[in-house]
Amino acid sequence: MKTRRTSLLAGLLALVATPVAWANDLQLNMTQGSTDMSQHVYGLHMLVFYICVVIGVLVFGTMFVSIFRHRKSRGVTPAKFHDNVKVEIAWTVIPFLILVAMAVPATITLFEMDDTDDSDLTVVVTGSQWRWHYSYLDHDVEFQSILATQNEQIYGRLPKTENYLSEVDRPLVIPTDTKVRFLITSEDVIHSWWVPEFAIKKDANPGYINEVWTRVNEPGIYRGVCAELCGQGHAFMPIVVIAKEPAEFQEWINAEEERLAAERAEEERLLSMNMSMDQLMETGRNIYLAQCAACHQPNGQGIPGVFPRLAGEGVSVGDRTQHIDIVVNGVSGTAMQSFQNSLSMSEIAAVITYERNAWGNDTGDAVQPADIHNFIQGNQ
Amino acid sequence: MSTVVADAHDAHDEHHDHKPTGIKRWIFTTNHKDIGTLYLWFSFIMFLLGGSFALMIRMELFQPGMQVIDPHFFNQMTTMHGVIMVFGAVMPAFTGLANWMVPLMIGAPDMALPRMNNWSFWILPVAFLIMLSSMFVPGGGPAFGWTFYAPLSTTYSADSTALFVFAMHIMGMSSIMGAINVIVTIMNMRAPGMTYMKMPLFVWTWFITAFLLIAVMPVLAGVVTMVLTDKFFGTSFFAAAGGGDPVLFQHLFWFFGHPEVYIMILPSFGIVSAIIPAFARKPLFGYASMVYATASIAGLSFLVWAHHMFTTGMPTVASLMFMYMTMLIAVPTGVKVFNWVSTMWRGAMTFETPMLFAIAFVILFTIGGLSGIMLAITPVDYQYHDTYFVVAHFHYVLVSGAVFSIMAAAYYWLPKWSGVMYDEGLAKLHFWCSLISVNILFFPMHFVGLAGMPRRYPDYALQFADINAIVSVGGFLFGFSQLIFLAVVLKCAMKKGEKAPAKPWEGAEGLEWTVPSPAPYHTFDTPPEVK
Amino acid sequence: MSQQNPNSENSSIITKLLASVVIMFAFGFALVPLYEKFCDLTGFNGTTKNTAAAEREGMQVDESRWVTVEFTTRADRGAPWSFRPEVRSVRMHPGEIKVVNFIVDNHSSTNRVAQALPSVSPGEASLYLNKTECFCFEQQPLTAGETAVMPMRFFLDPDLPQEIQRLTLSYVMYDITDQAQSGQTASRSE
Repeated sequence: MKTRRTSLLAGLLALVATPVAWANDLQLNMTQGSTDMSQHVYGLHMLVFYICVVIGVLVFGTMFVSIFRHRKSRGVTPAKFHDNVKVEIAWTVIPFLILVAMAVPATITLFEMDDTDDSDLTVVVTGSQWRWHYSYLDHDVEFQSILATQNEQIYGRLPKTENYLSEVDRPLVIPTDTKVRFLITSEDVIHSWWVPEFAIKKDANPGYINEVWTRVNEPGIYRGVCAELCGQGHAFMPIVVIAKEPAEFQEWINAEEERLAAERAEEERLLSMNMSMDQLMETGRNIYLAQCAACHQPNGQGIPGVFPRLAGEGVSVGDRTQHIDIVVNGVSGTAMQSFQNSLSMSEIAAVITYERNAWGNDTGDAVQPADIHNFIQGNQ
Repeated sequence: MSTVVADAHDAHDEHHDHKPTGIKRWIFTTNHKDIGTLYLWFSFIMFLLGGSFALMIRMELFQPGMQVIDPHFFNQMTTMHGVIMVFGAVMPAFTGLANWMVPLMIGAPDMALPRMNNWSFWILPVAFLIMLSSMFVPGGGPAFGWTFYAPLSTTYSADSTALFVFAMHIMGMSSIMGAINVIVTIMNMRAPGMTYMKMPLFVWTWFITAFLLIAVMPVLAGVVTMVLTDKFFGTSFFAAAGGGDPVLFQHLFWFFGHPEVYIMILPSFGIVSAIIPAFARKPLFGYASMVYATASIAGLSFLVWAHHMFTTGMPTVASLMFMYMTMLIAVPTGVKVFNWVSTMWRGAMTFETPMLFAIAFVILFTIGGLSGIMLAITPVDYQYHDTYFVVAHFHYVLVSGAVFSIMAAAYYWLPKWSGVMYDEGLAKLHFWCSLISVNILFFPMHFVGLAGMPRRYPDYALQFADINAIVSVGGFLFGFSQLIFLAVVLKCAMKKGEKAPAKPWEGAEGLEWTVPSPAPYHTFDTPPEVK
Repeated sequence: MSQQNPNSENSSIITKLLASVVIMFAFGFALVPLYEKFCDLTGFNGTTKNTAAAEREGMQVDESRWVTVEFTTRADRGAPWSFRPEVRSVRMHPGEIKVVNFIVDNHSSTNRVAQALPSVSPGEASLYLNKTECFCFEQQPLTAGETAVMPMRFFLDPDLPQEIQRLTLSYVMYDITDQAQSGQTASRSE
């Protein structure tokens, strides 16, 4: 009996102690973030939180005293009072004053956020199902940013790594100590660009632009997510922002401009030659898994009624030009987007070749970058 | 609850002295008690169904990675869970309580429009059959959340959206018919001497709720119609390509949606205001201020809708306006909480199950209200918006708020409905299981939300794993605890229990306790005199 | 209390309530034009007028201020063209008139009709951005393979609030070939 009680006690203690053990490596509160604004937001959050805790303690405290003392089993006789004008006025006015006390700092912070002073860098952030596209307004640099976590991790065939679902192939890079302005919009449904450490969350509305700004104090890697339900890939379009010292940022963006220029030159070169079937299939497979598999599924089965099947039926085994048209231009009014601006011609050629030959489609068609070029130029 | 049997009272009932039996009784009934019973059973079934959808969600979220269901089905589950709980569980439960109790409380023989009453109930199961059947058409059911934001619900949705819209229309009609009935009944059928300021608060809160329903359900009908025409008939209310604005959808939806939130909580205020005085054996503190507070909450509810939309990109001045209005709602809500606490103060309390649920309501609803104040603060809302912090907030208000108050009401009035006392031991077990599990379920959501987990995510980053596991365990515990409630109610329905007196609660007040238990099929054929 | 003649009293209340239901249903739809009007007047959602503003006689150029106007463009998903501004941004004084060209490249082998719709950020600035001539006022017919250079002539109202130092005008070019054929038009505000 004695031992049972001890073990029960130990169990209870463990239960109470566990939250303490977690607290070290487990985040239970809002991040303080890495910008002045996010610190203000955190401060405001804690202020309001403490006020709420005090109110809660007072109200619930009174209740518990009452529950303990004013119970029939203690033989009390109930009082008869049922109103008291003074008290009622007091508890209308005092909460009002408390609210005013909260509203003042909230208003100040909101006006600080609404700062349209000139900025030094503008980044256009475009959401689409289910990726982010970044374009630096004053530089020849634009790219899309896609979830880098493998499907095998999501479906439990590989162990999950540290940054599971918070890693992307190409992070956004911004300079520190600089006012960076983000113009946020969408290509299809509403998304929401949220980086908690900047205290920025803004909806990406199709056809409209929204702006937010930040000034990051510390270099580092900051992770965010899409915060507005945007379909089945909603949880799979994370955001990664790398903040670099301004000089380093300058180096990066110059290198990036050069690299993208070189890519375009390479594109030109590829146009004049044929890629081998193996090369097309290899590149095509990678592009397909990164860009297409979320909807059409890795095995090309699609989702009946929502996303067309590509294996053994439909456009992949049908007319080649129509297939190119769909990938290049998208299908208006559906989730099928245009890949003309997000993929290079060689990549488009490769992924079409892959779709026409994978999963037993075996049409034997090899689509070359030049075919895509000709199609876009309207020569086909 | 299907236990209202004819007794001696029927014998000297002039107009209808026969009552059809079997299934026909329920299909053709125009009796407010029968219809109330139908509503309550329907809402309980929907509560279990919506709950099982929630358990699907919690099962998938038990650990990171996709294990049980795919993301598309997950989104259907979140959508259906929301729609069913809002329109299928909470609202019909309140309508059921209104049907049963409003005539009994104001001394009326029945609802004013009994045939319409029958219709307003029976179209409801039809609506939900349509809604549920949409999950079996190609492309799956609605997967855009119960808020069905355009263009996810228009251009980018499956064809089953047509069924969703149709079902919403029918539900809306049902609610509007129910609301008209309540208003007419309260305005025209009160017993002599029952002035407005003598009406029990449950009647008052429902009266105000009914006006809210009349005001906003047609707007919802308009919005779903626009979604339908945008998707199928080429209009561009919400499509940027045609000159529309997707944000307009949110304005219209929340113009309905925010008053809707109060539709789901005002009747709770009425229930708790009946139960706390009964078990404190002391009159309700501040009756008049309760009425005014309810009315001002209802009025303010039309001026705060955009606090759901702070991140859509509003001008600062507009954000400020909506922030101030939202904070202002805390004042009348606070008045109510203080009134309940003052009612308990220096009373002589006992703690039967209705009282336990009512006390839990006051505490947990207040926690939800306090997190509501935090959410009202626009700059901080940017961090809370669309995270589990919001999920925690509205579940505190709707589950440990609205649903707990419905449980309290059920226990409070079960003796009147069934004629037998419920099993107090089982009921207390139900209460404590629910209380503990509801907090395991929803309290940690605050933390995981603050730490940055967005809502409506089928999968999440590893740092959220521990809390999600706890939440899922809480979810299953809470879900299965409700089967105890089912057992309690079934026992009463089968008349297993001590015979209930006309007034089983020592401190209870009101006309409903002047009729025998179970309440006869026809009551107040001659109106009682209220002094 | 009103047991005497409940039916006639009921029907009068029911009539009023049903009327309220109808009115609220209509109100839901009325909110659509009201919202558009409200946005026009306040710049609430950042749309600019898609109609020509008159050039003002003797408008003062405020040379003490510089404002940067940025341009972003996008072809709608599925629209077979590329669409870009000739310059990414201009620095200008309020009151000064500027012309910026936008270039659209129709890749398709068919004749198409395009319509550009604007959005301005910050939204308030849309009230002060006046276009006297713009491709966006009309539908743009694009023949197969055509490259069109389309001008936009505009000025910033000198009353532009001091704190706005940088604003962005964004265009999305939609393919409205189908609607244009069936006689419908797309416009945002009139």
